[in-house]
Amino acid sequence: MRDAFVKKLNESAADNPDIMLLVGDLGFGVVADFGLTYPKQFLNCGVAEQSMVGIAAGMASAGRRPFVYSIANFPTLRPLEQIRNDVCYHGLGVTIVSVGAGLAYGSLGYTHHAVEDISILRSLPGMRVYSPADAMECRAAVDAILADPSPAYLRLGKNKEPLMHEAPPDLFQGAPIVVREGSDVTVLVAGPIIVQALEVAEQLAEAGVSVRVVSCPVIKPLNAEAVRDAAAGTVGIVTLEEHTVLGGFGSAVLEAFAVRGWRTPILPLGLADAATHIIGGQEWLRERAGLATSYVRDSVASFTSTNA
Amino acid sequence: MDTTELARRARISALTMCSQSGASHIGAALSVIDVLAVIYGDVANVSPDRVDDPARDIVLVSKGHSASGVYAVLGQAGYFPLDWLDDYYLDGSHLGGHVTAHGVPGVELSTGALGHALPFGVGRALTDKIDGIDRRVFVVLSDGECAEGSNWEGALMGAHHGLGNVTVVVDRNRLQILGRTEDVLGLEPFPDKWRAFGWEVEEIDGHDHAAIRRALRVRSDRPRAIIANTTKGKGVDFMEDKVEWHTLVPNADQLAVAIAQLETNTTEVPA
Repeated sequence: MRDAFVKKLNESAADNPDIMLLVGDLGFGVVADFGLTYPKQFLNCGVAEQSMVGIAAGMASAGRRPFVYSIANFPTLRPLEQIRNDVCYHGLGVTIVSVGAGLAYGSLGYTHHAVEDISILRSLPGMRVYSPADAMECRAAVDAILADPSPAYLRLGKNKEPLMHEAPPDLFQGAPIVVREGSDVTVLVAGPIIVQALEVAEQLAEAGVSVRVVSCPVIKPLNAEAVRDAAAGTVGIVTLEEHTVLGGFGSAVLEAFAVRGWRTPILPLGLADAATHIIGGQEWLRERAGLATSYVRDSVASFTSTNA
Repeated sequence: MDTTELARRARISALTMCSQSGASHIGAALSVIDVLAVIYGDVANVSPDRVDDPARDIVLVSKGHSASGVYAVLGQAGYFPLDWLDDYYLDGSHLGGHVTAHGVPGVELSTGALGHALPFGVGRALTDKIDGIDRRVFVVLSDGECAEGSNWEGALMGAHHGLGNVTVVVDRNRLQILGRTEDVLGLEPFPDKWRAFGWEVEEIDGHDHAAIRRALRVRSDRPRAIIANTTKGKGVDFMEDKVEWHTLVPNADQLAVAIAQLETNTTEVPA
C-alpha cells in the first residue's frame, strides 16, 4: 500500500505543482523516485517530526498541499501538538501519512505499533481520517484528500495487502463498500485487517452464518446513513479494526448511531487495552493481542445469534 | 508615528489591557514591545492597508503569551480599530490571551504553545526559496521557550537550507515563570548555541530602536539570529526585571503609576 501511495502521489504531482512530499528520513527504496522526479516538491526533514509538521503547515499557508510521510506513530503522536495547533487550528491542507497501521511493524515492538492513532487524530477539529484496506482504496483516498482543502490523516498498511477492488472506489461521499455479500450479520472494517473479516466470513459460511463484509475507509467524516444502509437487512454491525477499541473506528460508529437514536446492535472488536510486550509478526501478534481469528469468528457468531 | 512613540503608546495600551481584563504576562509584553514596534512599524514589508498582499513579509510571534503587546502594537499601528483593545481577553473579544490569527489583521499565526513558529516560518521561507520569491520571514522567540526542542529542529533546517530569508529575534529578558532562565534551565552560552547550529548571530540592546533597526536590516546568505538583550517589564520601574510580573496583574493604582511613568518619562525608551 505504501508503494501504491507513492505511485499515486507521483501521478498526481504531474499536474499539481502544489503537492509536496515531506519525509522524516524514512521510506528507503520507496520515496526516492518521487524525489528524483520532483526535486522541488520533495523534502527530507530529517528525524525531526515536530519541525516537519510545522514546516508543512508553513508551506500550506503559502498554498502548497504537503503530505507528511513517516511510519507508525512518528508523524502522528510525536508532533501531535503541531498537528493540532499549526495545522488544525489554522485549517491548513496538510495531510499526515503514516505507514504501518496497527501491528504491521509487529516485531519492531510497541514503539512501532500504531494502535491509538485513529482515536487521537479523529478528535482533532476538521481532521479527515482515511484508513484504506488496499491499494485501490489508497488511490481513491488520495483523490478525495486532494479535492478538499482541509487537514487529513491517511493511515496506510504496509505492503502487499490483497486487493479488494479491481478499480479505485469512489470515496468522495465517504460511503462504505460491500466487499462480500451476506444476509445475517455485517462486519464493518477499517483497514487491511479486512482480510481477517473475509476469513471469518468464509469459516462462518460453513457453519451456516451469512456474513456481509463491508470496507469503510472514510472514518471521518463518517457517512452514518450510508453505513446504516450498508448493514440493512442484517441483525447488526460488528466493527473490526487493528487498533484499540477505545475511541477508534468502532467508537466512531457507535457515536454516530447513538446521537441519531438508531438502535442497531453494534459490537466493536479491536485490540486489547494493553501495551504489547511480546514479540512477533503482525498475524502472530493479532492472535495474542485481542484479535485472534477464532475469537473474532466466535464473537461474530455469538453476536449474530444473540441479536437474531 | 515613529517606532519609539509607537512602542510608548503600545506599552500604555498593554498595561491598561492587562489591568482591566485581569490578564497575566505584562512583563513579557513590555520586554518585547520595542522589537515588535521596529518590526511592524519599520523594517518588515507590512502595513495595515495590505495585510493580504501576497508580497508582504511574514511576521510570526512565537511567544504567544505576549499577546497584549502584539495587539497593542498592531492596534496603535492601525491594523484594527483601537477599541478592540478595550475588551482584550474578555468574553466575545476579537483578542485572546495568546496571539490569535483568526480574524485579527496583521497576525499570521496563532501561537500560545511554545516552540511552534520557527518550524512554521522555516516552511514558509523554504517555499519562497523554491519559488524564487525574495520575502523575509521574521520569527520572534522568547528566551525561555528556547528550551523547546522543536526550535532547534527548526534551526537545523534553517541552516541546512541556507535560509537567509529567515530572521529570528530572541527576546532575551532572562526571566521565565519561576525564576531566571539560567537558574531554571541554563541557555548560556546562548549566542554560541545559535552559531553552532549554523546561524549568523548578533547581540543587541533590545530596547535601542536604532540598534534593532540596523540589526534587522542586515541580510545574509544564512539565517540570522538576533539576541535582543531586554529587561522584562521594561518601562515601569517596579516591574523591571521582576519575576513576578510574568504572572501578576497590575491593579488600578499600579496601572496609574505605570502610565504616569510612561507619559512623563518618554526618554525611558531610547530612540
